Amino acid sequence: MNRFLLVAIALLWAQVSSADNMRLAVTTSFENSGLADVLLPAIKTDIDLDVQLLVVGTGQALKLGAAGDVDAVLVHSKEAEEAFVTAGYGTHRREIMYNDFVIIGPVEDPAGINGAANVIDAMTNIATAKARFVSRGDDSGTHKAERALWAAAGLNIQDHGDWYQAVGSGMGAALNTAAGLNAYIIADRASWLNFGNKKGLSLLFSGDPALYNQYAFLPVDPVKNSHVRNDLAMLLEEWLTGARAAALINGYSIGGEPLFVFNATTD
Amino acid sequence: MIDILDGLKAAFWLVISFDAELWEISLRSLRVTLSALIIASLIAIPLGTYLAVQRFRYRRFAISLINALMGLPPVVIGLLVYIALSRSGPFGVLNLLFTPTAMIIAQVIIITPVIASIAHQAMRELWAEYHDLLISLNTTKWQRIVTLIRDGRRNLLTAALAGFGRAIGEVGAIMIVGGNIDHVTRVLTTAIALETGKGDFALALALGFVLIGIAIVVNLAIHTLSRTEREGRW
Repeated sequence: MNRFLLVAIALLWAQVSSADNMRLAVTTSFENSGLADVLLPAIKTDIDLDVQLLVVGTGQALKLGAAGDVDAVLVHSKEAEEAFVTAGYGTHRREIMYNDFVIIGPVEDPAGINGAANVIDAMTNIATAKARFVSRGDDSGTHKAERALWAAAGLNIQDHGDWYQAVGSGMGAALNTAAGLNAYIIADRASWLNFGNKKGLSLLFSGDPALYNQYAFLPVDPVKNSHVRNDLAMLLEEWLTGARAAALINGYSIGGEPLFVFNATTD
Repeated sequence: MIDILDGLKAAFWLVISFDAELWEISLRSLRVTLSALIIASLIAIPLGTYLAVQRFRYRRFAISLINALMGLPPVVIGLLVYIALSRSGPFGVLNLLFTPTAMIIAQVIIITPVIASIAHQAMRELWAEYHDLLISLNTTKWQRIVTLIRDGRRNLLTAALAGFGRAIGEVGAIMIVGGNIDHVTRVLTTAIALETGKGDFALALALGFVLIGIAIVVNLAIHTLSRTEREGRW
């Protein structure tokens, strides 16, 4: 028995080590969109780099970057990103691509936001109807965008009643909650299209310029954390802003609908 | 209901087709959990036995502490291990964050109290039985502990398997310290959380069924190998 156990343990431990790898913290909306599954293999073949993804909310991603636990972050909340660079945690901020936020809700649309003139109207309608609304509540990029929209509509989240429910989880988990409660929710278009549990929900409002969602790449500053692989982060940035990435990002679609628009500029 | 059937069907096909990714994450789950189990058992079993045999001033407090630690939420342990192993933390230089080793450390902390507590309970009863004999034979403390561990191995196995069950199904702590990185630290439980987030309930359930299957196989294997259910062995 002992010999068998030893062999079993030896087999379990036999693992190969990998080549150059870096850690990139990305938002749950980026991972749930499925784009990562397209980009990572291409990065591996093109520049022989293993990118290890840590899928967290924008808030936690920036926190990991500040602690030096990742080499770069790819997130979507401009204000928080600029604060991150100003505080000296990141070397710079490079815009990569954008998509947009959409408002998802029950097919019956009790708040009547389908056909609202703009997003302010849509948000106001939801609040007036006191229709159930699920908020990410996790300080992610999507959550920050949602709070900004409530503020733009002149509404205070504290005044919302029971109909406003902050779940404090990732994009997919929050969409599951909204599907269960038959509630409204703000999601990024990519995560929504790639989401597998849509029952009872549909896309009710989109297209307002205020719903624009920019993704940016921020390498972590090696001055604060000397072990950070800034060289690899720069290598990745070069690839992400290059022609091959542009083709893959613009070409990525689900059900014939393109999800992201590449907008990195070469300087 | 349909979801559960879909999950069973998906699990069946994943296993039948020897899905490479499934094998990878299942083996990683086993590797992490069994490593944690061995380390935790090496600490917890002697500790639990020692607490049963030895009387000392803070014994009652030590036992209560171990029992209380059993109830500590894994997420809290995960967070503490994360802070310790983070680059800006005290053990940052070791570069262990987001590796399987970090997951093993977290699991050892989670299951050591479980195993120690159950082991102590079992050993206490055995010690009551053996007390007079071992004292009259004028045994040393070390001999007493070794004798109890030898003769109580069936109960200790139960303690270890309880630890295994807790470790293999754990998700909160290893999500934080492992990061659920594909091909590096993704294990069955974190993959289930990920697929649930994508709304792919069938695949998530399928992975859940695989997890249950692995737990059953490991339990059976350990019982068979250690011949616990044969008669006349002890």
